[in-house]
Amino acid sequence: MNVLRRRVLLGGLLGLFGVAPVAVPAASRSGRVISVGGSVTETVFALGAAERLVGVDTSSIFPEAARSLPQVGYQRVLSAEGILSLQPTLLLADEQAGPASVITQIRAAGLPVDTVPSARSREEVVERIHLIGQSLHRDAAAQALAGAVDQRLEAVEQALAHQDQRPRVILLLAHGRGSPLAAGRDTQGEAMIRMAGGQNALHGFRGYKPVSPEAVVAAAPEVVVLPEQSVEALGGMDAALAASGLDATPAARHGRVVVLDMLYLLGMGPRTGEAVTELALAFHPALRPGRIP
Amino acid sequence: MNARVFAAAVAEPETQGDRSRRARWTLLALAAGLLAVAVLSLGQGALPVPPDRIVGILASAVGLGDAARFNHFEMHVVLHLRLPRLLLAMLVGSALAVSGAALQGLFRNPLADPGLVGVSAGAALGAVTVIVLGATWLHGMTAWLGIYTLPIAAFIGGLAATLLVYRLAQQGGYTPVATLLLAGIAINAVAGAGTGLLTFIADDQQLRSLTFWTMGSLGGASWSNLAAAAPLILLPMLALPVLAMAMNAFLLGESVAQHLGVRVEHIKILVVTLTAMAVGAAVAVSGIIGFVGLVVPHLLRLWMGPDHRYLLPGSALLGAFLLLLADLLARNVVAPAELPIGLITALVGGPFFLALLLRRRGMYS
Repeated sequence: MNVLRRRVLLGGLLGLFGVAPVAVPAASRSGRVISVGGSVTETVFALGAAERLVGVDTSSIFPEAARSLPQVGYQRVLSAEGILSLQPTLLLADEQAGPASVITQIRAAGLPVDTVPSARSREEVVERIHLIGQSLHRDAAAQALAGAVDQRLEAVEQALAHQDQRPRVILLLAHGRGSPLAAGRDTQGEAMIRMAGGQNALHGFRGYKPVSPEAVVAAAPEVVVLPEQSVEALGGMDAALAASGLDATPAARHGRVVVLDMLYLLGMGPRTGEAVTELALAFHPALRPGRIP
Repeated sequence: MNARVFAAAVAEPETQGDRSRRARWTLLALAAGLLAVAVLSLGQGALPVPPDRIVGILASAVGLGDAARFNHFEMHVVLHLRLPRLLLAMLVGSALAVSGAALQGLFRNPLADPGLVGVSAGAALGAVTVIVLGATWLHGMTAWLGIYTLPIAAFIGGLAATLLVYRLAQQGGYTPVATLLLAGIAINAVAGAGTGLLTFIADDQQLRSLTFWTMGSLGGASWSNLAAAAPLILLPMLALPVLAMAMNAFLLGESVAQHLGVRVEHIKILVVTLTAMAVGAAVAVSGIIGFVGLVVPHLLRLWMGPDHRYLLPGSALLGAFLLLLADLLARNVVAPAELPIGLITALVGGPFFLALLLRRRGMYS
């Protein structure tokens, strides 16, 4: 990982001077790629390297074309032989991929595994794109894509600098019955809220933890963010609001509930700039869409 | 099968000879079947490797022939993925089945299965405790025990659960089914709650390894965890059959066994400890895999009677056979992805369990 990071840094510096990074024995290594993790696959597509993909995991649902590639299963229960059977030359995997024992088995079989760390800030979102580009030897495309994402996020940041308010926001995930999970500290969810100029009203814990309807009411969020998939799992908007205590919050009373696709919202990938923009506009009604390029 | 049926079967001399002949043939057939499914298992997988190449790879591993002519992936898949996994499936399958047989004998109760009565859940709780607290509170223990930490923690958890369920369900020398199952439900609930609590405080990294325990999987098989589990499983596998005669006497009731000169308390402690050790080690490397311990001894008892001298080795062979077969399916049905193995054993075991309850409904009321 550190080596990869260093290479990216080097690549980036060389890129600045218009020099191509030193050619590593490239083509053979990244010829047949298995991509694991929704936004990793999305980035591979965005970098124009989709034709190298020989397999993806079940969380790779965007773009549509990713769904027709051979499936290697859910990202946390991969199978070593299953992956090797696709004769890949590279496994490009989100940090969340596992189990760890299977990743160890795959490495031991001699297949290079590049792990992409989770992102929780603008810099890390940009770095993820660089890392994936580096791993696929698509540095130029990654430079362009990362630049565009960074520019978008920076524009939002600048627009937000003129806004004094930081509305209280909560982000919930639900998979059906039972208490929904709220995004606490150090989560992608909280990072999205922060980048879009809100403050997480449920920051008393780390990670995603179940919260009671009462705690949701007590947090008094002004805006609620829900993934589309959770609203569906709860049986529609009205049911979703009633089930988790949301209907008694200021957010629901003022109709400030933002529903976005899960991967778009939490993927920390090529579309994160758009997602943050969309959230920022919802958090700050005073911002005019035109102000953010 | 209650104590009277057991006793009648053991005591009847005419059928004894027929049965032991049948039992010996059964053991032989099971060994042959196990060998066949092992060969099949080594040959089948997501990565197609022709049989002649598999033989070549195995030969080169023991120094016969040239390893260089084989593709690196093929070599690795056969020697470091399939082979340890195959051995692990056999070990875990026989550990669960023999433990099931021994527990059923001990409790004189056909529903004593490591999964149902909470031994597996207790073992899983032990293992999960080490995963979550291993780096902090239990650091000293982890450092001292090395690769054996997980199996030993699972053993302690399994032992505690077995002793608890035994205390709860035992009534004057026999174990009523209802009490046993209720005790099992309670233990499963408490162990589940403990696991849930640890899940709650676990960080994301640990959480990923925790899902493994509840699902059950042989996917993490490697030579090193095989080495960790093998001694703890093989010791009970070899020791329990030595107790077979004493366990047969047990079937007649504890007081009769005592009069026959069996040191009842002694045997009980040995059986409980050995089964907890085997189940603990199995759970530590493969998570909770249900129904093997229930189904296997039952099938065998129906087929060749309750004599532990044949029942225990038979259970070891059939348990290994069935789990290996289940794993073969798990690896191949949805390749390159994989089915959870617990899903397959439950699919076979669940209906079997229901049928058993239906058939014997009269006996339990």
